Amino acid sequence: MLREATNLIVENDDMPETFATVGAITRAEVMGEICHHLAPFQIGEKPITGATVITKDLAIDSLAVMDMVMEIEDRFDVSIPMNVVAEIYTVDELADTVLKLRARR
Amino acid sequence: MGLLDRHAGLVSLYSEVRATGADPFQIRMERVLSPTEAIINGKKTLLVGTNNYFGLTFDPSCMEAAIEAIRAEGTGTTGSRIANGSYSEHVALEEEIAAFYGKKHCMVFTTGYQANLGIISNLVGAEDFLLIDADSHASIYDACKQTQAEVVRFKHNDPASLEARLRRLGDKPGNRLVVLEGIYSMLGDSAPLKEFVAVCKKYKAYVLIDEAHSLGALGDNGLGLCEKEGVLDDCHFIVGTFSKTLGAIGGYCVSNDPDFDVLRVTTRSYMFTASLPPSIVASVRQALKVVKAHPELRTHLWDNVATLYEGLKAKGFTLGPEHGPVVGVHLPDKMLAIGFWRAMLDAGVYVNVAIPPATPNGVSLLRCSVSAAHTKQQLDLMVEVMTGIGRQMGVIPAGPEQRAAGGTR
Ligand SMILES: Cc1ncc(COP(=O)(O)O)c(C=O)c1O
Repeated sequence: MLREATNLIVENDDMPETFATVGAITRAEVMGEICHHLAPFQIGEKPITGATVITKDLAIDSLAVMDMVMEIEDRFDVSIPMNVVAEIYTVDELADTVLKLRARR
Repeated sequence: MGLLDRHAGLVSLYSEVRATGADPFQIRMERVLSPTEAIINGKKTLLVGTNNYFGLTFDPSCMEAAIEAIRAEGTGTTGSRIANGSYSEHVALEEEIAAFYGKKHCMVFTTGYQANLGIISNLVGAEDFLLIDADSHASIYDACKQTQAEVVRFKHNDPASLEARLRRLGDKPGNRLVVLEGIYSMLGDSAPLKEFVAVCKKYKAYVLIDEAHSLGALGDNGLGLCEKEGVLDDCHFIVGTFSKTLGAIGGYCVSNDPDFDVLRVTTRSYMFTASLPPSIVASVRQALKVVKAHPELRTHLWDNVATLYEGLKAKGFTLGPEHGPVVGVHLPDKMLAIGFWRAMLDAGVYVNVAIPPATPNGVSLLRCSVSAAHTKQQLDLMVEVMTGIGRQMGVIPAGPEQRAAGGTR
């Protein structure tokens, strides 16, 4: 079942701040963090899901996307090169990228 | 579908701006009178947004040098530096800039934009890493698109953010190049360069610093932030422009790298464009002499910066974090910024307006730039005009007189 962003944000809010840099992370955590950072750019009531196309379904410009990515990078201690960011369209793809880079550390 | 349809978003943003009856992007300087005055909309206007930090555009010695050069060598070179466009004067200018910095090599470009574009994209390639400040100038961002290197952004002026990113690269092979700016062009803040350099040393990263807005302004000799912070030797590549303090156009890069000159035959923005015309080379060479001979220009500039910055701050404006030749005034939103800008122009003061997507963090700014050529009276007038409009538009608190008037109601 596709869980909606709002659920994930609530879940994530209960997590200690330091969690990300120690041990393994789950996809839900990454999704939660991404949705948390994207929430301010939500258009109307349309929920943010894995399928949300970041620059199309949200009121966010490319610079703000890069700023959001920097927050995600620091939260999960990975670097996502700009050329990789350019190829990411959906929330799912961003989450997968973070998990992939984490696994490679 | 029309070719330009993909710009629809920007077009609608732009028409929104134009609907206010003011178009800051189509402003015409009908006649420039001096470094600080021009006729705009038929009216004499004070210029506080022209990057003319030393006011050298009308320096008589620079103008004479340019005129003489035109008589001697004509209006243009009609060719590239690697073909027929390298005159003795281009080479002399390169030697003079290299000597100014105490570096071995210098390349002069037709613009600073092309210097950044070409140098940065040629210093790193596949398997290398390019680390740039989030608030980097467009020319640096564009360089990122012309290289195969992996590009990573770090938080603006945040050495810890850079360090985290260098650390994450671990022991991956490949060079690391870190790109910084002496003074940032929108808010006038400068990089914590010593801290950045320490991080770069720790991770064996090369440093390139763009001193576009700090040439002349910073350091005992005006070399820029690298000199002020005492890290000239640790800045492997220094880029700058002739289009601001030196009052002309053109760009340069200096370095001690023994192989630097190979860039002359690999850098496309150097090779495939015409070189600077003789008049510009001559005025820039003279302007450099003026910068060296007149350190008091730097003192005037900073005195003027203090007048404007402290003047605006005292009235309640939200400004960039520190004194700088660029004073960025924060405004709450884009439309208000445009309206404010227009009201300033109507009151006879020209500044730049900067709105998203051209600004960091989506801020809207009135971007003022100070010149050594401004008089105290001009800057006091500027503060007065801005204060009046700021109060009228509710951007800053009403003055004591207005508060008193309100109280009697
Ligand atoms: C930081 C910075 N670098 C480079 C440039 C480009 O300079 P030029 O006008 O010589 O192309 C500018 C000017 O806009 C700038 O602000």
